[in-house]
Amino acid sequence: MYVRGLELVDFRSYERVVVEFGPGACVLVGPNGVGKTNLVEALAYVATLESHRVATDAPLVRFGATRAVVRCAVVHEERELLVELSIEPGKANKARLGRSPVTRTRDILGALKLVLFAPEDLSLIRGDPSERRRLLDELLVARQPRFAGVRSDYDRVLKQRNALLRSAYLARKTGGNRGGDLSTLDVWDTHLAQHGAQLVRARLDLVAALAPHVAKAYAAVSASRSDARIAYSPSFPVPDASSAQADIEQALLTALGEARKQEVERGVTLVGPHRDELTLTLGELPAKGYASHGESWSYALALRLAAYDLLRDDGVEPVLVLDDVFAELDVGRRERLAELVSGASQVIVTCAVDDDVPRALRGARYEVGGGEVRHG
Amino acid sequence: MYEGAIQDLIDELGRLPGVGPKSAQRIAFHVLSSDPSDVKRLAQALTRVKELVRFCTRCFNVAESDLCRICRDPRRSDEVYCVVEEPKDVVAIERTGEFRGRYHVLGGAINPLEGVGPDNLKVRELMMRLADGTCKELILATDPNTEGEATATYLALLVKPMGLNVTRLASGLPVGGDLEYADEITLGRAFEGRRAV
Repeated sequence: MYVRGLELVDFRSYERVVVEFGPGACVLVGPNGVGKTNLVEALAYVATLESHRVATDAPLVRFGATRAVVRCAVVHEERELLVELSIEPGKANKARLGRSPVTRTRDILGALKLVLFAPEDLSLIRGDPSERRRLLDELLVARQPRFAGVRSDYDRVLKQRNALLRSAYLARKTGGNRGGDLSTLDVWDTHLAQHGAQLVRARLDLVAALAPHVAKAYAAVSASRSDARIAYSPSFPVPDASSAQADIEQALLTALGEARKQEVERGVTLVGPHRDELTLTLGELPAKGYASHGESWSYALALRLAAYDLLRDDGVEPVLVLDDVFAELDVGRRERLAELVSGASQVIVTCAVDDDVPRALRGARYEVGGGEVRHG
Repeated sequence: MYEGAIQDLIDELGRLPGVGPKSAQRIAFHVLSSDPSDVKRLAQALTRVKELVRFCTRCFNVAESDLCRICRDPRRSDEVYCVVEEPKDVVAIERTGEFRGRYHVLGGAINPLEGVGPDNLKVRELMMRLADGTCKELILATDPNTEGEATATYLALLVKPMGLNVTRLASGLPVGGDLEYADEITLGRAFEGRRAV
């Protein structure tokens, strides 16, 4: 799969820009702040319907404009598909596939599969567990879209359950009737356990499939002897990684029962997949806190490359985007990374100076600056 | 902004569900240009709905007397109750012509975020109706969303000791549609809930 063309209208700093890409390596060069990342952000938005930089849509629209349009021609198995997305903050986004509008914007998911590596990814290693859970869930949805539904059901039940616990907590604090109405808590427990077990089971399977790819990618990028190992660490005792979904459901239900007193005292749900962690270890030590800057970068890169490998094994080769990656890596790591990804159907690289990009990736070169992108 | 009465009307209309500011303005100017007798009829309909319409004392459906049309109908079975969230769900199920039992309208679903618990719904009234033992089957027809499912589970647990036959509406693919048009989530759930033929 590769992106053949990208057109932006009123997106971020661009009033209007058209870029023609080809398969293989495409390098976007330009000084800081000229809008290289804006281009790949637009591509990532088409792939995930989310920006990897901001949580709201407003900053994506050029100042003074009301809506931004991203048009993108994707070639897959020699067929070209046109994806168009119109982003209007405060309103539902509109999308078109080919030339016809789709009823749900979500329908364009999957038209462009993309794995993006950006400087923000360092937080996969150093940030909160929520970053790592998001990595897992995004990959889960990319492979099985049904899990978008499981995820949102779980979140909804969690929200309702927390609201119930909080109102009970407040009632207790203000000395009301012996701790509010908790008669429906059992019901929320069963639903939380049902959806939660589905999510945990799927994440366990995903981690099992991902782990060998991570180890391989880390070894290849860093050329070090330490093993990178990933493991799923549930917030409640799960019998073992191969437990059936029904057993996980039972285990979560039991854990909820045991945590109940504490939960009512604190007014939040303390166990479940929203508290689980993806543990990253390097050799014998946890990556978080122990890994050096370079090791953390390599690890983050290994996670993304593993995701890329996994998606490719599923049958569709995603587009790989490396946003400002090379400046942070030493020469050895740069060369090895370049070698690893040079076989991809398309790699889009952004960088400030040409010299940062290893020889193996010096494909088509684009100069970015002054609101324009010039080929050559 | 308009002044006085016309803006008041636009503001009031804009509070209605599904009516945005543009539609409110359009309706307001339509009313303004309408025949006074038409407007009077609309105004009367609005006031009468609050004066005359009550809730059935048995099933809490909308009614114009103590009991609603369905509760008054002697041809309907007392052995099956269908529990729904809102009166409009009764209308939807009645349109199918499949159901010949009685209804019970809860007046919503359990929703802690909105501060709605079982005490705010007609749950106690349902239990009182079931206590006489004539009802043999309870169909839980709450919405197939998080809150509706939770309400159904809650009721199922509550009536379990009574030994009733409790059923839940099936969910899955729309009939008469094409498989290819179903979204992944619905299709994924239909896969999970598949049955032997």
